[in-house]
Amino acid sequence: MPAPDSLLAPQPPTATRPLVEEFRSGLDAPICLTWEITYACNLACVHCLSSSGRRDPRELTTAQAKDVIDELERLQVFYVNIGGGEPMLRPDFFEIVDHAIDHHVGVKFSTNGTYIDDAAAERLAGMDYLDIQVSLDGADAAVNDLVRGEGSHAAAMAAMERLARADFGPFKISLVVTRHNVDQLGEFKRIADDFGAQLRVTRLRPSGRGADSWHDLHPTQDQQRQLYHWLIDRPDVLTGDSFFHLSALGDPLPGLNLCGAGRVVCLIDPVGDVYACPFVIHDEFRAGNVLDPGGFTDVWRRSDLFTSLREPESPGACASCGSYDACQGGCMASKFFVGLDLTDPDPECVKGAAEPLLAAIANGGSAGLIPTPSLDHSRPGVPVPAPVRLRRK
Amino acid sequence: MPVDLDAPYTLDPQVSLRPERFGALAYHFGNRKLSFLKHPDLVAVVESLDGTGSLRASLVAVGVDERRWPTFVTALNTLEASEMICIRSDRPEVDGARA
Amino acid sequence: MDTAIEHPPTDAAATDPHEPAGAATTTDDLLEEELLVEEVSIDGMCGVY
Repeated sequence: MPAPDSLLAPQPPTATRPLVEEFRSGLDAPICLTWEITYACNLACVHCLSSSGRRDPRELTTAQAKDVIDELERLQVFYVNIGGGEPMLRPDFFEIVDHAIDHHVGVKFSTNGTYIDDAAAERLAGMDYLDIQVSLDGADAAVNDLVRGEGSHAAAMAAMERLARADFGPFKISLVVTRHNVDQLGEFKRIADDFGAQLRVTRLRPSGRGADSWHDLHPTQDQQRQLYHWLIDRPDVLTGDSFFHLSALGDPLPGLNLCGAGRVVCLIDPVGDVYACPFVIHDEFRAGNVLDPGGFTDVWRRSDLFTSLREPESPGACASCGSYDACQGGCMASKFFVGLDLTDPDPECVKGAAEPLLAAIANGGSAGLIPTPSLDHSRPGVPVPAPVRLRRK
Repeated sequence: MPVDLDAPYTLDPQVSLRPERFGALAYHFGNRKLSFLKHPDLVAVVESLDGTGSLRASLVAVGVDERRWPTFVTALNTLEASEMICIRSDRPEVDGARA
Repeated sequence: MDTAIEHPPTDAAATDPHEPAGAATTTDDLLEEELLVEEVSIDGMCGVY
């Protein structure tokens, strides 16, 4: 369709498609994307979706990173969600962030907070078009540090206090919901309210190091129901899209209830590999690399993987279930890393549709192997989770 | 505040308007809001704002049938409420860098 | 769904999908036109901070 031109005759009114349908078939450029800029991390969280710890020697250089930003600017990608590993461990972290902001690409970044000292807090507070999300998986150290390591709760709280002192303004607190923190949702909300922060709850996937502990850490069916009802009562808590499989429990959660992977969002990893989303860092979901001849643009628009993700999905095993419209069969990352097929029900299907399949896998009866990523960026010899030293100022 | 059809408007300089096959996406860098403009004619109206003296003139310039104006005014009100469009001061245009 | 042809329509009527582009706007078409601006949030989407 030619670009609209005000000199041409206006087009007749047409019944417009719902936004979610336009998104499902993919856009010419992402709205935003996740950019993990390093695999280096000072923590070693049990569930790390990127198995981070050790810097990969093939990490994009500063110049390459700036080229990526320039390309995103040309595509009018509105913002990048910078993460890692711990993004502030890149020596050029501020240089990259400044370059994005100076080139019409907004920045939202996710951090464990260890490196937000007073100077960094001041610097961040002085920047426009930059948002921060601090990761926290327990309302107290007892719950948090079991997953994120001794001292990590204190480091996150100290970071938030510094941001508050520096008048950064509203930030987000992001928690991965586990069996052990579901009962702390109220306390998390209080912590967020105390800081004037927004709470974001995200779903644990068996991705990265998460594969090892997923069976013990993921919420039970009862806890999923508990979470669902808690979220329905609190539309100001962000999450609808991360838990859309729960929408089969009743009224849909607020949000698009859509998997945006390869359609409106994607991941660029520290070495420039492009994946459908941060939870599927595996060759099966790798679309290409930003250093390929056609750059990120070609990967986004023409890769086989993304083209196929934008095809209409078939319900597969979920065809006879009345809830498919609400849950769309759930999350491909969750299915993939427990050894299910993408056409199988979600492993946490609220109707229990995956139980027999999971039991078969557990008993070794499944035909397939459990996929594992080809690379593990964990720091060798470092316990999981690893303790962190607090910064004094 | 509802739009004034006879006032001159402009797309806020902090807004990035990105054409899509269905219309356009608009992202406001300042307030982080994302809006979906669902018809190319609405996009044409928004793109014409700087070059006309009023919303009314833009609607006429794009050739929007007057029977559709209520729908367009509703849409423009929504854009105004999310700070995507605003009344333009009628000083000579400075070609500022649009976000 | 009935298509109102000559009478002023009182309810939303079906838009003729075969109406050629550039044809005169019919009242039926106008009544199908809905909200032209939708505010979206993708804030909860995976990997969106």
